Amino acid sequence: MTLRRGALLFLLLAVAIALPPYCGTYYTRFATQIAIYGMAALSVDLLLGYSGLITFGQAALFGVGAYAAGMLTVYGLTDALVTWPLAVVVSMLFALAIGALSLRTRGFQFIMVTLAFAQMVYYFAQSLRNWGGDDGFTLPQRDSLGFISLADHTTFYYVVLALLVLVVLLANRIVRSEFGMVIRGIRDNERRAAAVGFPPYPYKLVIFVIAGGIAGLAGALMANHAKFVSPATMSWQLSGELLAMVILGSANSLIGPIVGAAFFLAFRDVLSDFTEHWMLFFGPLLIARVLLVKDGIWGMLLRATGADKVGAPKVDFPEALEPAADSKPGAAE
Amino acid sequence: MTLALLVEQLFNGVQFGLMLFLMAVGVTLVFGIMRVINLAQGSLFMLGGYFLMAALAWTGSYGLAIPLAFIGAALVAVVLEIVVLRPLYRRGPLDQVLATFGLTLFFNEAVTVIWGRESIPLSIPPFLTGSIEIIPGSVYPIYRLVITAVAIVAGLLLYLLIARTRVGALIRAGSDNREIVAALGININLLYTLIFALSAMLAALAGIMMGPLLSVEPGAGDPILILALVVVVIGGIGSVRGALVGALMVGIFDTLSRVLIPLVVQTNATSALVGMAVYVLMAVVLLFSRTGLFAAYRG
Repeated sequence: MTLRRGALLFLLLAVAIALPPYCGTYYTRFATQIAIYGMAALSVDLLLGYSGLITFGQAALFGVGAYAAGMLTVYGLTDALVTWPLAVVVSMLFALAIGALSLRTRGFQFIMVTLAFAQMVYYFAQSLRNWGGDDGFTLPQRDSLGFISLADHTTFYYVVLALLVLVVLLANRIVRSEFGMVIRGIRDNERRAAAVGFPPYPYKLVIFVIAGGIAGLAGALMANHAKFVSPATMSWQLSGELLAMVILGSANSLIGPIVGAAFFLAFRDVLSDFTEHWMLFFGPLLIARVLLVKDGIWGMLLRATGADKVGAPKVDFPEALEPAADSKPGAAE
Repeated sequence: MTLALLVEQLFNGVQFGLMLFLMAVGVTLVFGIMRVINLAQGSLFMLGGYFLMAALAWTGSYGLAIPLAFIGAALVAVVLEIVVLRPLYRRGPLDQVLATFGLTLFFNEAVTVIWGRESIPLSIPPFLTGSIEIIPGSVYPIYRLVITAVAIVAGLLLYLLIARTRVGALIRAGSDNREIVAALGININLLYTLIFALSAMLAALAGIMMGPLLSVEPGAGDPILILALVVVVIGGIGSVRGALVGALMVGIFDTLSRVLIPLVVQTNATSALVGMAVYVLMAVVLLFSRTGLFAAYRG
């Protein structure tokens, strides 16, 4: 079973390594975008799929990473080995502040509170007049990685791809570690996890901060990719789109969100050739996916090839209408 | 800062708060009763403005256009409830968030296709132009007073509907136990459609009335929706009273902070502070109460 899954992964990685540079600058940049958004979507899935936390504010942390990296570059710090880790740290600090407050709430409120705090960060970025306000600012050049210049699109693509692979491996370690098991335990039954000695709040906060750091790294890469940063990188639409990528690709898996990002960007790219109103089709597609299809692309792919099955995410939501709980007196307490 | 200005801003704050109430009460009712998170509420606000604009261009009369816009929004809401919302009742919150987010994306783009990307100014109805002196030395636009009054009347009617009528009793019963209400022979689906249409009409009412003050443009409902969500978080989810108190708090706090903060702090950070004020308020409330001020539902 896992052999087929491994083969599928190997095939994907081989395509990602071999294909884009052969297809010209446009597609190299396109693949870079997929890798960056894939990384951001993966950070959302660490929360959504593995921790049961529906965050509608991950774009804020993505944007904070982009702003931090962009500002440092403008100030003349152009070594990626310095700026990118700093951007990650700044995003993690923001995630710590946002998470500390919003994780006090659950379910419906958590969604709204993350959305609201993200909006707060958005307005803050918008009010930075020295940094272009609503229009954002451009970066003079990409950072360099030690002695390696990243100005070349192909070089930059491989660096981004390598970082994405590293993030996937790291996330894989995290979710399979004892910590990861506790996180999933809390997702499945918070009360029980607390009863056996794992208080939910600190564990949730740690995973929230880790996911924030990953989103921040993706943001820093985005700033370097586009050489441009604006409050749009923090918009609530992007937060929603990241959720959509996860769910299109398959939640509760580390590859699914990346596949979802690829699908989302390809969908946008193809439809944009025909119409500027591609959202008119994406909205209904998203609704159809939610209402009609049980699983995302990666899950379907795994099942079609007989490799594995990916479960639907179980989310932290005490208010959810559960038919079974209604009919059993006392079950819902 | 004169007293007159303060009074004027206070009026503006109450008026904005009541508009937020019309939005937030829909979100809180739909969640409290149907357990559905509805992010499409902002779209209905936006559609209210567009329908008014379109109906106005068609009939040339506010007296006809306002009811038409209202009916249009209600029709959209009924179709949405049947096609999209109904399958969502027994789904998880993630499905609800994504599906209603998809609706928002769709409607924002649909109005762009039909009416263009530019924002369209709407004029105040001619019979409501002008201003009156509310306290000596301070004139206030009649239109703003009228929409404040309309919002108050709408809120009162909603209260009477929920607290004093048979339908209201069913709504309250339905929020407690859907199965029992259905077992008593009540068509719960019809009831849900009604509630959704009702909250959509309240959002559209806010959109119609705010149309001339803001402007009609794609995505116009999004910032209002997010503020309405802040209101719901502050007030407590599922509580109509909480929505009212939260909305007035946010409306007044937002409006006054826009006037007062620049008077006190005059640095580069001023505009940042102003934009963030409401969210700081929310954070403070959350520090003291995890479930909001009037928690109707405890998870």
